[in-house]
Amino acid sequence: MTDAIASFGAGGRPVSIHTDDAAKARLKGRYRAEAWFKWLGAGAVALAGFFLVLLLSTVVTQAIPALRLNYLTLPIDLSAAKVDPAKLDEVNYDSIAQEALAAKFPDVTRRQDKRLLRGLISTGTGVFLRKDIAADPGMLGGTVDYAVPLDDFADLYLKGLLADVGSDEAISTSVTPSGTSGDIDLTFGDNGMLALARGHGATEAENGMLTLTSGASSLLVVFNGGTVKLTALSPGANGTAIAKGTVIEALDSTAPAASGQASLRVIDTPEASRKISDKEIVWLDTLKSAGLIESRFNSIFFFTGASREPELAGVWGAVVGSFLTMIVTLAIAFPIGVSAAIYLEEFAPKNRLTTIIEVNINNLAAVPSIVFGLLGLAVFLNFFGLPRSAPVVGGMVLALMTLPIIIIASRASLRAVPPSIREAALGIGASKVQTVFHHVLPLAMPGIMTGTILGMAHALGETAPLLMIGMVAFIVDIPGGFTDPATILPVQIFMWADFPEAGFQQKTSAAILILLLFLVIMNAIAVILRRRFERRW
Amino acid sequence: MVGYLVVLLLVLAAAAYWIGRTRAVASVNGDVARLHSLPGQHGMFLALFAAGPALLAIVLWSMVTPGIEASIITDRFSAELSGMGVPQVEAFIRDARAMAFGGLVGFADPTKEAAAAVYKSIHATSTWIIWAVALLLSASGFYWAYSRIAQAYRARHVVERVLRAFLIACSVVAILTTIGIVLSLIFESLRFFQQVPFYKFLFGTHWSPQSAFTGAGTEAGAVNQDIFGAVPLFAGTLLITFIAMLVAAPIGLMAAIYLSDYASKSVRAVAKPVLEILAGIPTVVYGFFAALTVAPYFRGIGESLGLSVASESALAAGVVMGIMIIPFVSSLSDDVINAVPQSLRDGSAGLGATKSETIRKVILPAALPGIVSAMLLAVSRAIGETMIVVMAAGLAANLTANPLEAVTTVTVQIVTLLVGDQEFDSAKTLAAFALGLVLFCITLTLNIVALRVVQKYREQYD
Repeated sequence: MTDAIASFGAGGRPVSIHTDDAAKARLKGRYRAEAWFKWLGAGAVALAGFFLVLLLSTVVTQAIPALRLNYLTLPIDLSAAKVDPAKLDEVNYDSIAQEALAAKFPDVTRRQDKRLLRGLISTGTGVFLRKDIAADPGMLGGTVDYAVPLDDFADLYLKGLLADVGSDEAISTSVTPSGTSGDIDLTFGDNGMLALARGHGATEAENGMLTLTSGASSLLVVFNGGTVKLTALSPGANGTAIAKGTVIEALDSTAPAASGQASLRVIDTPEASRKISDKEIVWLDTLKSAGLIESRFNSIFFFTGASREPELAGVWGAVVGSFLTMIVTLAIAFPIGVSAAIYLEEFAPKNRLTTIIEVNINNLAAVPSIVFGLLGLAVFLNFFGLPRSAPVVGGMVLALMTLPIIIIASRASLRAVPPSIREAALGIGASKVQTVFHHVLPLAMPGIMTGTILGMAHALGETAPLLMIGMVAFIVDIPGGFTDPATILPVQIFMWADFPEAGFQQKTSAAILILLLFLVIMNAIAVILRRRFERRW
Repeated sequence: MVGYLVVLLLVLAAAAYWIGRTRAVASVNGDVARLHSLPGQHGMFLALFAAGPALLAIVLWSMVTPGIEASIITDRFSAELSGMGVPQVEAFIRDARAMAFGGLVGFADPTKEAAAAVYKSIHATSTWIIWAVALLLSASGFYWAYSRIAQAYRARHVVERVLRAFLIACSVVAILTTIGIVLSLIFESLRFFQQVPFYKFLFGTHWSPQSAFTGAGTEAGAVNQDIFGAVPLFAGTLLITFIAMLVAAPIGLMAAIYLSDYASKSVRAVAKPVLEILAGIPTVVYGFFAALTVAPYFRGIGESLGLSVASESALAAGVVMGIMIIPFVSSLSDDVINAVPQSLRDGSAGLGATKSETIRKVILPAALPGIVSAMLLAVSRAIGETMIVVMAAGLAANLTANPLEAVTTVTVQIVTLLVGDQEFDSAKTLAAFALGLVLFCITLTLNIVALRVVQKYREQYD
């Protein structure tokens, strides 16, 4: 008798299709698939977490440099000869500060170089100086040490963000200069420099002449109290090397520097591909080694309005604009949203109109935000003629956008209040309105508040609709009212991200950090409200 | 000045509340139980009638007057304004108003100063009128309501009816918003389609509205109709959306499955907030991330592989948009998966299925309508997303399916067309509204379809 189902295995035990080798292999395969699937799921979650970490760490690492700003302390001459105490507003404070800086570098005489030197300090210096003098007239009458903010390129260089900071090493051979300023020749005791120059991208001509163009790394020889930038090298007699160079900082003397006394500073980033020249680098290094530069908390960034100059740009104007806009949004969306939710949940009869309203609200919640911007542009600006760029219009647009969120959250919260509360209130003779406003609404309030805060957080981060109503304008003043032109934090981020100046990249990240901080605070409040007041029935 | 009027009315309302209350109590000699309505309700009744009509009048006035004032000015100065186009007249009115009431003035001239003087006098007159009207309304309302307050007067019914009317009005705001959106989009689009036929807009393959008036061979002021072909924009939007969904759909769905069926409580306690934070990050931050980190990274990879990747590639924008949508997909899918009853899982486990088999062969088919609907909503979200693409995708309208090239999208073009100063009547700005209409229709359709899918194919388990 044949048995298709059970046969006998080696040990005489019956083997079924559920336990034979094929079945075991199948089972193994199934378990493997199970493990795979599980790991796939875990991988998806981990990937989402990885994206979050990547995003936040990118923003944070970029933002940190923007929190500090380098200041240069200069002895500024505010004696009566320069500043007439009677005519404080007519003084050119910028040129006073520039003179103080020029006095630090008496060797700089060429017009071009002078302009370069002036560019090291911020163009806002004069404004700060004027403000500080107005606040403290005691500064006048003599020379005071005053800290001026550095220009953004200088600042970025000192933070190590603009160019490779470079390496210093002693030159193990003697160096003899032919002069102390201008274009000079340097004679090196051995030809080790030639190999070094080749390694740093010098172009070699047929006669063995090495030229260091602006596409090569910068080689700076520091000795005798000065700095020489090498421009070309060629082999000399008796294994020496002769270099042509431009003096950036004058040498004290033409005395030869012995082996180990001179040092070579290599800036790997070629001059052509960085936004700061060798001269500026040398000047900054000199100022820094003189202890005149210090890094301070960047209060300009936190407490001033926008500017085209990265070192003068601040977020305060945008923060105030966001705040004003949010006030308008809250003042409109909260009462209307809660009222609508109360009506729909507690009073509305089940008829066509209420069904339409309900479907409508759900659809509105899914309308792209930019469409609300188009609505604001067409209706608020062009039809009603409200001012462009004003927080009141921005607030209204965002209120319409947040309304569905608040209504949906409030309805859910009202629905969660058990009917027994209503029945009890009605039972002791309260009217429907009294029942709702005295009993149901207070119980639903924590949920409504949570929903509102989350909706507001959403509105705070919204950008696109506000671009439509002109909040993208460049506004320097801090807005003082609801109809003043203003910009808001996310739009400021958007604008800064678009600016070509390198300094704005850090500002953008720092502004993002501030925005995220506000969002975290709002969400934390929502979570606390939910934890503390949420009731389970 | 009108601000003081509003404050005055609010003070009057507070006083009326107190007077109404006192009168109600006095009408029954302090025996409050004999009143039909509570004293407070009588107070509310009086306050409503003392201040309500007047406040409504002020709202109406503030909505109507700017238009009336502007039309009076254009009427008076019609001779001076006769040669100007609509934008110049608008600028004229704006400057005159700014000169009269303070604000940023473009540039001043004697005509504008004269207009500003007229503006001031008209405005003063209309302010006096609204003061008089408001105070009259307030007084008569107060008088009428005051005379009504009596022991048997049903003040509560009146107050509650007014309140209910207010609640209804608030719910209607949602409908008004939709109507406002639809009407404004349709009107502006119709004006656009008068200049550019809609088939050229919907089916044309050349998009360069920035050159609207400089096209070769076109007369000055004539609109070149052939440069408003929106197909490249639709294609670009679809390409970026497709890339985004390639990222978001598998990751979001797998994350939802893992969190609902595999994850331990502690894992869930960490992973859920992570997803919520990801969902809460403003899109402008994602845009910054895409433009400054992801795009250069992809470009670098492409270069090392010998591919030419545009610095504003569709890939970078799409991937970052996908990351943004992950939490959206996962939370919607999570709801759907959790809605599948436990009995199905138990039954499947009882037949000897492993967990993954249960999920793949029982739960996912049962949850399919919900998942499809979640994906449709995610697509709708991706199509309407603006900031990421504005910052990370290109401006040039290329008709290409290559994700490494730069493409542009509908939302990017709306933003570029409308940001900055331009006259409002040009075909260029109106084109943005036509694009907005298309966007609105597509997202609305997707939402409705998503809703229908759930309603139609949902399995009934109880």
